Amino acid sequence: MSLIYILLPLALVFATIAVIVFVIAARRGQFDDLDTPAVRVLFDDE
Amino acid sequence: MPTLVEATSTTAACAHCGLPAPAPADGVQAFCCPGCRSVYALIHEVGAEGFYRFRDGPTAPAETTDDDFERFDDARFRARYVQAAPDGTATVELHLTGVHCAACVWLVERLPRLHAGVIDARLEWTRGRARIRWDETATTLSAVARTLGRFGYVSHPLRDADGRARDAEDRDLLIRIAVAGASAGNAMLIAFALYGGAFHGMASEHSSFFCWASLAASLPGVVWGGSVFFRGAWAALRSGALHMDLPISIGIAVGFGASAVNTVRGAGDVWFDSVTALVFLLLCGRWLQHRRQRHAADATRVLLALAPPTARRREASGRVATVSIEAVDVGDRLVVAVDDTVPVDGRIAVGRSAIDRSLLTGESQPVAVAPGDAVHAGTVNRGAPIEIDVEHVGDATRLGKIARLVEEGARRRPRIVRLADRIAAWFAGGVLVAAAATVAAWWGVDPTAAIANAVALLVVTCPCALGLATPLAVGVALGRAASAGMLIKGGDVVERLARPGRVWLDKTGTLTTGDMRVVDFDGDPVALALAARLERDVSHPIARALAGADGAERFADATVDDVEATPGRGVRGTVDGRRVVVGAADWVLDGACGDDVERIARAGRTPIAIRIDGALAGIAAIGDVPRADAGDALARLTDAGWRVGILSGDRPEVVAAVGRTLGLAEDDLIGGATPEDKLARIEADAAAGSVVMVGDGVNDAAALAAATVGVAVHGGAEASLAAADAFLTRAGLAGVADLVDGARRTRRLIVRNIAFSIGYNAIGAALCAAGLVGPLVAAVLMPLSSLTVITNSVRARTFDEEPTCR
Repeated sequence: MSLIYILLPLALVFATIAVIVFVIAARRGQFDDLDTPAVRVLFDDE
Repeated sequence: MPTLVEATSTTAACAHCGLPAPAPADGVQAFCCPGCRSVYALIHEVGAEGFYRFRDGPTAPAETTDDDFERFDDARFRARYVQAAPDGTATVELHLTGVHCAACVWLVERLPRLHAGVIDARLEWTRGRARIRWDETATTLSAVARTLGRFGYVSHPLRDADGRARDAEDRDLLIRIAVAGASAGNAMLIAFALYGGAFHGMASEHSSFFCWASLAASLPGVVWGGSVFFRGAWAALRSGALHMDLPISIGIAVGFGASAVNTVRGAGDVWFDSVTALVFLLLCGRWLQHRRQRHAADATRVLLALAPPTARRREASGRVATVSIEAVDVGDRLVVAVDDTVPVDGRIAVGRSAIDRSLLTGESQPVAVAPGDAVHAGTVNRGAPIEIDVEHVGDATRLGKIARLVEEGARRRPRIVRLADRIAAWFAGGVLVAAAATVAAWWGVDPTAAIANAVALLVVTCPCALGLATPLAVGVALGRAASAGMLIKGGDVVERLARPGRVWLDKTGTLTTGDMRVVDFDGDPVALALAARLERDVSHPIARALAGADGAERFADATVDDVEATPGRGVRGTVDGRRVVVGAADWVLDGACGDDVERIARAGRTPIAIRIDGALAGIAAIGDVPRADAGDALARLTDAGWRVGILSGDRPEVVAAVGRTLGLAEDDLIGGATPEDKLARIEADAAAGSVVMVGDGVNDAAALAAATVGVAVHGGAEASLAAADAFLTRAGLAGVADLVDGARRTRRLIVRNIAFSIGYNAIGAALCAAGLVGPLVAAVLMPLSSLTVITNSVRARTFDEEPTCR
């Protein structure tokens, strides 16, 4: 059971990292336009 | 706009847009209009055939523009819209009309390859917003806009400041949701361990550790995410108003505070999972409503940007230059082409024409003008090109004065207290009293239990479902409304429309088609056909009505000679060898008008007489006809309890004529109203109950702002758009009826949601007071009530969606 003392904080650290990544992405405007990127990937560069 | 061609066996699909088009003579490609032909040719010329591969459906017919966009290079324009970088590049945000599918993204983003000097182009498809970066040494913005114009995209500059601010607001809320969501998810996972411990036993050092861990996990969500509610509650408290944020904040603060204290103490219940889930759900609800309202606001903002702020000025050299409206000064000579809007107030210097003042005054029929007559900004020149000498610009114009009236009207409008906030006041009081009563009742039995039960009561009754009830219902409803062609700027509109009252309609745009037609003809049908042929090449609205009369095709190939037009009067000429005179009855008849002419004039129509070879051959009545759906929509409004009337700037007899055809009460037909009259009337009615003003003109704008709900309709002036609370993209009264119906259904949904959540809370409060609720029950009860509200809101029929074709 003592393993939980390491695992739980570790899980929270991972969650924090995920949140930080999301915050950075949102601040850079990656969620401003949710429709265009979905069609943009379909265009191939000749 | 391209003219649509009737689909018959000799038609083919237009190679560009897919609409029916005349079958081509060469048997290769068919086009419905010159715009489509040139865009198609251009796309192939630059090797961009991929456009047709990427599009997901038929394209809209191409609308090409002959605008030279020279104003885009103007220093004032640059200062306002363009951001220049030190390396010689510049960036601009444009709104492009004509963007309709994914293929447009492809075509616009290929701009760097199609136009030398453009470095980068990004298009936000759903909003039609393009961000273009170009090398200022290699090309000009006007050249870029012309290239886009050749592909059928018309550029409009977007002032970016408020758009950016709103983007930042959106991002901020999204980040709060993410933090609250992460907190809620982790707190919930840890709570599962604690619940397991509660049922099967757990070493106290483990449960204490779990409590500390969930305290750490929920802290960012409660502090950062919850600060939205704390700030709202604080602002409400300071201003003395009550707001839904207040009971929410009490629940969050008490729940989190008690849990933190119990964690430190190492005894008692913790509510971390419930509190964080609450913050997360409430934020999601707010985000949804916020996004929908923003969408509607964006759409109207774009429409405002479409107004071309330019004028065509005759310079000293005699050349005509397109200049921005700010550059026009008193004393300048401006050229106003046919169908252009007059940009300033002035006096006609050269030319005779008909001026359509409907947007400014509400008059449905154009007025003849001659040199020396005054014309006003916001009116439209129909007929012939004119030149005007500028007398007033900017705020000094009649339009500018009306804009000030609008501001005043909006300021004086009473604010409504929203249903949810009214309930919040009672709710907060009720909950606090219940908590106090619980403490008092349990104190004698067990002081610790008394506190624990009171805390449980405060947490469980935290109005999660209640807080979600309005934003969710409104958010979903506004989304539905938008796809049905009704852009609603704020959620409170729904509540403002709840009680039936009066609907005032502005006649021209909403009840009638706005097109002049021959509504009645007394005489020889051949005479009417001859007159129609004679009027075919005249652009006056009355002439257009005659040219579209029954039997107009009868003399389609006849020869027409000696045409002589007298502006404001009529036309004479020879058709098929017969001398035809057609025009205003008093002119044709030389003042000798009979009873029938007078009767037509009294009915609000324009009498037109036709003389063939010197003899009177017929009298036509020309007027506006009610829209096909007007009667039906009127019946729906009346059934819903609304009293419908016409409040128009149009001539009283015209208003009366239209009102009578639609069966409105005589008292409710008011014609000849000035903007000030309208404002006074609306304010008087608004004091007595709810008033909906529907209008499309500048003259309605002040009244729109003062009404309980102002509704602008399709094709209206930009001032009315800015002043209105809702905008209907569909023309006609049916949209108004749909709006009122939808608002009523949404309001009913809100009430149902509120009833549900209060029911849940009452049950929860009773259980808590009895000491029967622990954190586990709360953790189940709260999401359950929210889920009910969510399903209810999403499934409810509020605004019916219409199948739309993009």
